[in-house]
Amino acid sequence: MRTEDLVELLSTEMGPVKKNTPPLLVSGALLVALAGAFVLMLTVFGMRPDLASAIKTPIFWEKLAFPLSLSVGALLATSRLGRPGGTIGVGWAFLILPVLCVWIAGIVVVSGAAPADRALALLGHSWRSCPFNILLLSIPGFIAIFYAMTKLAPTHLRWAGAASGMLAGTVATVAYCFHCPEMSPAFWSIWYVLGMVLVSAIGALLGRRLLRW
Amino acid sequence: MYSEEARLKALFVSSLDGDAVSYRLFLSDLTRYLRGYLRKRIPKMREDIEDLIQETLLAVHHARHTYRPEEPLTAWIHAIARYKLMDFFRARARRDSLNDPIDDHQEIFSSPDDEPQDARRDIRTLLDYLPDKQRLSILHVKLQGMSIAETATLLGLSESAVKVNVHRGIKALAARMREAP
Repeated sequence: MRTEDLVELLSTEMGPVKKNTPPLLVSGALLVALAGAFVLMLTVFGMRPDLASAIKTPIFWEKLAFPLSLSVGALLATSRLGRPGGTIGVGWAFLILPVLCVWIAGIVVVSGAAPADRALALLGHSWRSCPFNILLLSIPGFIAIFYAMTKLAPTHLRWAGAASGMLAGTVATVAYCFHCPEMSPAFWSIWYVLGMVLVSAIGALLGRRLLRW
Repeated sequence: MYSEEARLKALFVSSLDGDAVSYRLFLSDLTRYLRGYLRKRIPKMREDIEDLIQETLLAVHHARHTYRPEEPLTAWIHAIARYKLMDFFRARARRDSLNDPIDDHQEIFSSPDDEPQDARRDIRTLLDYLPDKQRLSILHVKLQGMSIAETATLLGLSESAVKVNVHRGIKALAARMREAP
């Protein structure tokens, strides 16, 4: 076929393009991710029994703020990478600063603890399962966000996959905070980060295959 | 070059509001620029250039909802053209071509080229793989220039069904193009 024919084909009577499709797609996927992670958390793990008293402590909110602020960074990164030529840009600030804060808090906690308590602060009671629990909770969001990404036009596929995975992982971690009883920043700084990075790495690996267009 | 950006952007933005005439003008101008751009990048693969132009046009068409008028059109188009070019390199695994220096996005509107070459792929052949409704909708509306209403009566479909079939058909064509180079 001649290219002129293709031009003709593409330009006939297709009507106006809907405005704001990309933000709507991403926010729709975000809602699915949140709902999916919470439903899975409630059915598989259950709410932590002492939630009512936990929410009265500042540390609970500090813990929740960690994945929440990371999810802002991942959301920025995902929306930006969904457009041709898009890069993570300012998203980096929201992805790096929270991790730095939690790492510093973790170091402070561990160095201030008695030597006998250090292992507990670092490993808690659930270090073995924590990253995989986050991975499990991220599955619905992972699918929804990747689906939204295929409706967009990423040109850096590996980064786009990593950002989508990171968004799914951070949202899953927000939900997981309502189950997980670990209250040491040193614990979050390793195992929460590991869980979210795991989902992001899977996204990066699948990006090129699933997001090609 | 800068006035070209402004002119093409004006055409493209009004096409986003549904102006088919602007869109046709935009796409045919873009075709010339893409041809010039690609002939500089892959001069030795002349027979692939026209295929790649068509793939890039389809990609621009499918990505057009991601364009924001506040960003420069050159950068947006260049990202797509480069993506398609890299995808082409990857598909052919021609590693040596990847060593070409990454070019500046301003270059994309710098040298139009008017002489088309025949594409190796024939879209009409690809059309045969589509389901009847999609194939016939595209044939009548797009290639034979019938109106949506006429096609709808002819095929016994509603007008919106014809539009949907055309839209899905073009999507499926793009997917076929990718899979069967």
